[in-house]
Amino acid sequence: MTPMQQTQIAVRAIGVEKVYASDDTSVVALRGADLEVRCGEIIMLAGPSGCGKTSFISIIAGLLARDQGTLEVMGVDPQAMSSEQRTAWRLRTVGFVFQQFNLIPTLSIEENTAIPLILQGMDRRSACAQARKLLVEVGLGGRERSSPVRLSGGQQQRVAIARALVNAPKILVCDEPTSALDGATGLRVMELVAQVGRMPGRAVIVVSHDERIYHLADRIVHMDDGRIDRIETPASLRNAHA
Amino acid sequence: MPNAPMPIFALKMLFGDSARFYGMLLGLAFSTLLISQQAAIFVGLMSRTFGFVTDTPQPDLWIVDPAQRFLDDNKPLKATSVQRVRSIEGVEWAVPLFKGLLVVNLPDGKRQMSQVIGIDDASLIAGPPFMLEGSLGDLRKTDAIIVDERATRREFKMNLPPEGGEPRPLRVGDTLELNDRRAEVVGICKATQTFQSQPVIYTTYSRATQYAPRERRMVTMVLAGLSPGADANVVAKAITQRTGLSAYGSEEFADKTVGYWMRETGIPINFGTAIVLGFFVGVAVAGQMFYNFVLDNLKYFGAMKAMGASRRTLLGMVVLQAGTIAILGFGLGIGITSAFGLFVPGERLAFRMTWHIPLVAAGAVVIICSASAALGMWRVLRLDPAEVFKG
Repeated sequence: MTPMQQTQIAVRAIGVEKVYASDDTSVVALRGADLEVRCGEIIMLAGPSGCGKTSFISIIAGLLARDQGTLEVMGVDPQAMSSEQRTAWRLRTVGFVFQQFNLIPTLSIEENTAIPLILQGMDRRSACAQARKLLVEVGLGGRERSSPVRLSGGQQQRVAIARALVNAPKILVCDEPTSALDGATGLRVMELVAQVGRMPGRAVIVVSHDERIYHLADRIVHMDDGRIDRIETPASLRNAHA
Repeated sequence: MPNAPMPIFALKMLFGDSARFYGMLLGLAFSTLLISQQAAIFVGLMSRTFGFVTDTPQPDLWIVDPAQRFLDDNKPLKATSVQRVRSIEGVEWAVPLFKGLLVVNLPDGKRQMSQVIGIDDASLIAGPPFMLEGSLGDLRKTDAIIVDERATRREFKMNLPPEGGEPRPLRVGDTLELNDRRAEVVGICKATQTFQSQPVIYTTYSRATQYAPRERRMVTMVLAGLSPGADANVVAKAITQRTGLSAYGSEEFADKTVGYWMRETGIPINFGTAIVLGFFVGVAVAGQMFYNFVLDNLKYFGAMKAMGASRRTLLGMVVLQAGTIAILGFGLGIGITSAFGLFVPGERLAFRMTWHIPLVAAGAVVIICSASAALGMWRVLRLDPAEVFKG
């Protein structure tokens, strides 16, 4: 990271709270989570199941409304926007990599990759041309017309990464991107995320339980019971294990 | 409309799931087929109940006994009825008509109950609509009758040993016996098949009354034409007031006949059941499959929603998918129905495809697809994009 990149704040969350309430029960997912992510940074969000990781990235990505606290993502508060504005903002600003890939099996991988561009209004030909370039970058050149179902899990996740990056989002949000992959493939996929994600003006937040990929992060943020428990660097983590 | 290329993706999602696509297509096609084919047969059958009315365009008014409920419900009138109708202002002409069932003896010994229509001797009004052999004027010859072509091939087909035993159709020049009286075939005509499917024989009124067993009243009905400028309703009312008889316009008489069959028989219920069944087949098969199709694709819609697809884009995709399957399913179903109507002989099966039938079938398909699409759209609208992170 250059000092200049570090000064730019991608995400600033202060005291974010979230409660899921139904008729007779309520579950507290976040109890005042604070986090600052700088541009050019790769953050791993770790912690036990139910600690609030998914809720936290959903709020950061503008998919979920918080109940308390303040949040700024690339200088704006997603919750201050109308639903339509937030949808358009998400389209421009956030890239998603899902645990289950969510590639549409009846579309080619080129078409799957082009979806964010098409949603932005680009014509199909240009969008597919741009998608092809990115597929080459993620090592899938020559397979653009293949169906996702003909690809291995690792290849499918590469397509998902290409789709997340195709419209050059400022924030890349990855939810357990390696959980459906074997160790070696998961590592290769995360190296790709680190490579394409660590770019000027972009920040990457990865939710993962997979300690084998923590060394690719700048910081590892541990959550517990809806709060940020501690923040480590790969070096401090190594030292702790040594 | 969804973003410009999204329709292509929506259609690829639809066509790509080929098992489900063909299931939905065949479900809708079968539903359309059941609805339109049963409706067409029902309309065809009902049309046969008033076939003679449509075959007889000359009269403006059909004058019958007030107790007559439908075309074939003969309640003979006094012979003087014809003169009484002629005396009404606005009536230009009035002629008697005989219509009754008589036994026909064929040369080979077969007996066949037939519908005999006796038309006015002088004017020959109410004669057959199409002559295939001979002419209507030939009815003026001695013992002349004109026979419907369909009957010559079916009920009147004869086994005549001198010709080698091969059955042959009745021909012009053959002689029959109607109620033990001689009748000679002078022409072959084409008439609309009757509801009871009996052979139709045309002859003159006076000859028909000779063939028929003698009764005090022999006029089945009176047919009347209006003077130029006369109002049919006014004249009909005057006929009723002055003669005590009922007078109907052609359309009204046809409607009265159909109304009777609709009210008094189980035919509408039987066909209605099949039509409703067709609708529910569509709902159960195609509607259910489309809804499941949307449910199965919900995770992809969710992913697109998370990525920034607007509600309008996603709903547009669902509407396009539902509309496409509706058009294809309806097109295939109505095509099969039309082919069925084209290739199955009309004399065996009553089939009449009026413009209303495709409209009704299309309406049913639209309801099925709209309902399943609405349910699908409701699920898409309620979709929480954050769900995509929950695997």
